[in-house]
Amino acid sequence: MNMANQPAGDAGGGPVEKALASTGTFLDDRFRAAKSTRTFLRKIFPDHWSFLLGEIALYSFIILLLTGTFLTFFFKPSMTSVVYHGSYVHLDGVRMSEAYSSTLNISFDVRGGLLMRQIHHWAADLFMGAIMAHMIRIFFTGAYRKPREFNWLIGIVLFTLGMLEGLFGYSLPDDLLSGAGLRILEGVIQSLPIVGTYVAFFLFGGQFPGDVIIPRLYILHVLLIPGLLLALITAHLFFMFHQKHTQMPGKGHTDQNVVGQPMYPYFMAKTGAFFFFTFGVTALLATFAQINPIWLYGPFTPVAISAGSQPDFYMGMLEGALRMFPSWSWNVLGHTFAFNVFIPGLLPLGLLFTGAALWPFIERWILRDQREHHVNDRPRNAPTRTAIGIAVIAAYGVFWLEGANDVIAAHFAIPLYTTTVIARYAIFIVPAIAYTVTKRICLGLQRKDAHLLEHGVETGIIRQLPDGEYIEVTRPVDEEAYAVLTARATEPQALPQPTEDDENGVPDPAARGSIGKLRLRLNRVLTENVPLPIGNGHSNGHGEPERAAVTTGDPARPAVGPGGDSPSESA
Amino acid sequence: MSETGEYPDDLQHGSGGLAEAEDQAGQTRAPHRVIGTPSPAEAHILLATEHPDAAPPVPRELPADPPDLVKAKRAERVVATLFILAMLSGFAFIASYVGFPVHTVDRVLRSNLALGTSLTLSLLFLGAGTVIWVRQLMPDVELTEQRKPLASPENDRQAFAQTFKEGADASQFIKRPVLRRTLIAATVPLGLAPVLLLRDMGPLPRTSLRHTAWRKGTRLVISGTNRPLRPADFDSPGGMITVIPEGYQDNDVELAKAATIIIKFAPGQLQPPTVMNWTVDNIVAYSKICTHVGCPVALYEQTTHHILCPCHQSTFDATKGATVLFGPASRPLPQLPITTDAAGYLVAQSDYHEPVGPSFWERG
Repeated sequence: MNMANQPAGDAGGGPVEKALASTGTFLDDRFRAAKSTRTFLRKIFPDHWSFLLGEIALYSFIILLLTGTFLTFFFKPSMTSVVYHGSYVHLDGVRMSEAYSSTLNISFDVRGGLLMRQIHHWAADLFMGAIMAHMIRIFFTGAYRKPREFNWLIGIVLFTLGMLEGLFGYSLPDDLLSGAGLRILEGVIQSLPIVGTYVAFFLFGGQFPGDVIIPRLYILHVLLIPGLLLALITAHLFFMFHQKHTQMPGKGHTDQNVVGQPMYPYFMAKTGAFFFFTFGVTALLATFAQINPIWLYGPFTPVAISAGSQPDFYMGMLEGALRMFPSWSWNVLGHTFAFNVFIPGLLPLGLLFTGAALWPFIERWILRDQREHHVNDRPRNAPTRTAIGIAVIAAYGVFWLEGANDVIAAHFAIPLYTTTVIARYAIFIVPAIAYTVTKRICLGLQRKDAHLLEHGVETGIIRQLPDGEYIEVTRPVDEEAYAVLTARATEPQALPQPTEDDENGVPDPAARGSIGKLRLRLNRVLTENVPLPIGNGHSNGHGEPERAAVTTGDPARPAVGPGGDSPSESA
Repeated sequence: MSETGEYPDDLQHGSGGLAEAEDQAGQTRAPHRVIGTPSPAEAHILLATEHPDAAPPVPRELPADPPDLVKAKRAERVVATLFILAMLSGFAFIASYVGFPVHTVDRVLRSNLALGTSLTLSLLFLGAGTVIWVRQLMPDVELTEQRKPLASPENDRQAFAQTFKEGADASQFIKRPVLRRTLIAATVPLGLAPVLLLRDMGPLPRTSLRHTAWRKGTRLVISGTNRPLRPADFDSPGGMITVIPEGYQDNDVELAKAATIIIKFAPGQLQPPTVMNWTVDNIVAYSKICTHVGCPVALYEQTTHHILCPCHQSTFDATKGATVLFGPASRPLPQLPITTDAAGYLVAQSDYHEPVGPSFWERG
């Protein structure tokens, strides 16, 4: 049957319709769901490529659940020592933990086991990468603003949990590489003042490595953290659904509506296709790009390590911080303050997560902005926010690159210590440069937008005036572009700066106290924008009315000759 | 987008969008529902099925067909082809599972390639087919839905506040502070209980981090072969050898502290602060556990005598008591006092004289 071409409107009597109707009746008789389900099916989803980033994270998570469940059927989370006599002959007769030997079995003796392991690992990397990209999108477009602060906070918790989940997951095979990772984790925990040694002993069941850490990480990895992730992702989606998705600026897009395609059938089909693509890409990677070949690393032993040990990419930042930090430590009154370990272990990520969590509230306070925001900002239209974001990404990038400094040194023939010394300076200099440059770029782009609004779009047509002067003819931007270019007119404007003390010497109430002054100063920085011109290509910006009339924009006097380029509308 | 003109205005912009359209539709239906037979009809109407005395159907929001049916027919063929390819790839996956055995590295490689390729193709064909279906066959629409303010109307808020207050009053929670305080007090120890229960997850550290398995007379054996060493086994100064205390080769907890490296130097190369009394014949022994976060310091550069930790690149000078030259480690690698026993084998004089490995709070 040709469903697609069937005129559905008057096909009331078909078997499909009857089946649907009777199912609908059956369900509605029991749930009174017709109206709410209809609302659900007609839910409008706006479209933009960047809205797909969160979906990648969601679908990676589903792939992780599917492949992870398969892996649990074969994996033995046990540190019991066994001597291997399996299919991988290179390790025949080697002492190893059951966890490692069962991972070898999954790889070499279970059909599809290696594929599932590799899909699982690639999907985990994709999950974390997609979360980062999604968070960056949310930040730069201001989509975290009121009323979506809760979803922003949930996102930060999901990111943190995802890091732990990944770290615990890749530690499970108990191979030499991940064992080094656990040793580092133990060393960092042990360095914490006062409680560190105890926490490390309780987590590892005594001294490192002990024989309980793998089963403990396993239950955290397959039950506790996935359960939390699932609950928080559900809440995340529910809030998104209830508050309706944000939209990018565009013609007819306001804070009071949402423009797009309905859930059924459009969004359902598109998002279903996207699931297949995400799964397909992880399967493609798992087929052709080897990941975590634990049989090459060998089983864990505390006396050995391989050079060039690298964690998964989302832990690289911590690794870089540990490598970069100077060797500071104190011995005071019989106690050791291992600043060289616990500061890089806690501070960079702590600052990142705390700063990110507080930012929506800080920004709201500085801008005195209590409105709901449903139309996203273009990053250029919030130059200071965008610059802060890029500076943070730059700092993260410096840490992250330093986490692979040995690989960088080897590949680019840079002396090893030089890379670290550079990183120690770069962590301060690069974010500062990134901030300044980004802000300039944003303001430059605003200026370009302002120019377009003021002078219109260049048509490439040169006209000679009666007095012999040549001018270029421009036309106003079209409606869609006009809506995008002027979107920031509705954004929060700068607070009025304090007036001088009045004649009685009483200061402006807004500037009273150091907090008030601080807010005004921050407000000035945060609302630094190029003024938005009024109009749409009507003036040439030189204040000469005759010429302005001769150029474009005036529908009564199209300046352009034949052809379709004539100005079609004015604002 | 050419179809949008066909929709009633209120679905496009302005006067209420979907939410109101729904209400209007509801109103047109309402008399019918009241006068006519109740309930079961409703679902039929909503599903737009034929019904003998149905109210005039709700105006369409979505067109039934794309504008260009010829193009649609072509797209349909493409989508169907992709779905058939997806199906064939799916069968290929099943065939690969049955047909490709595993149990050796080469066979696993081929099995992975066959399973992975067929699975990938099946998923990507499905995804591509669905996307073309949506973009080419489903008529392009753009609808506008009005947002309601998220804040509830003021009277709803007041009603909520009242309900909440009434409940609080009825519960006596506010009026009777004794009840309130004793209830809170009752939950405090219970709240601590889960933390308490974690106590037995591991033993207390006590002094375990201060000692290793090395004792007076414990032989240094090569890690891996468990062969003891004589100073004469080193014919010339050179590389670094990892040694462990004899008899502990299967004890990971002890190895994680006791792993040791020995290096033989030419006479005169070793300088203070290396303790010369703890060396034998210019052979010096240092802990292999990095004083930063505990990775094994596994790299040694013979020409510069630098010991390097591959994890975070702490670098130690092997000729000068393993003092820190670079990197995040803050302390030298502890030196193990060694000597030879009656049989001429290298043995420990004693345990390390300070705790090995990473810093911890009680280390001092």
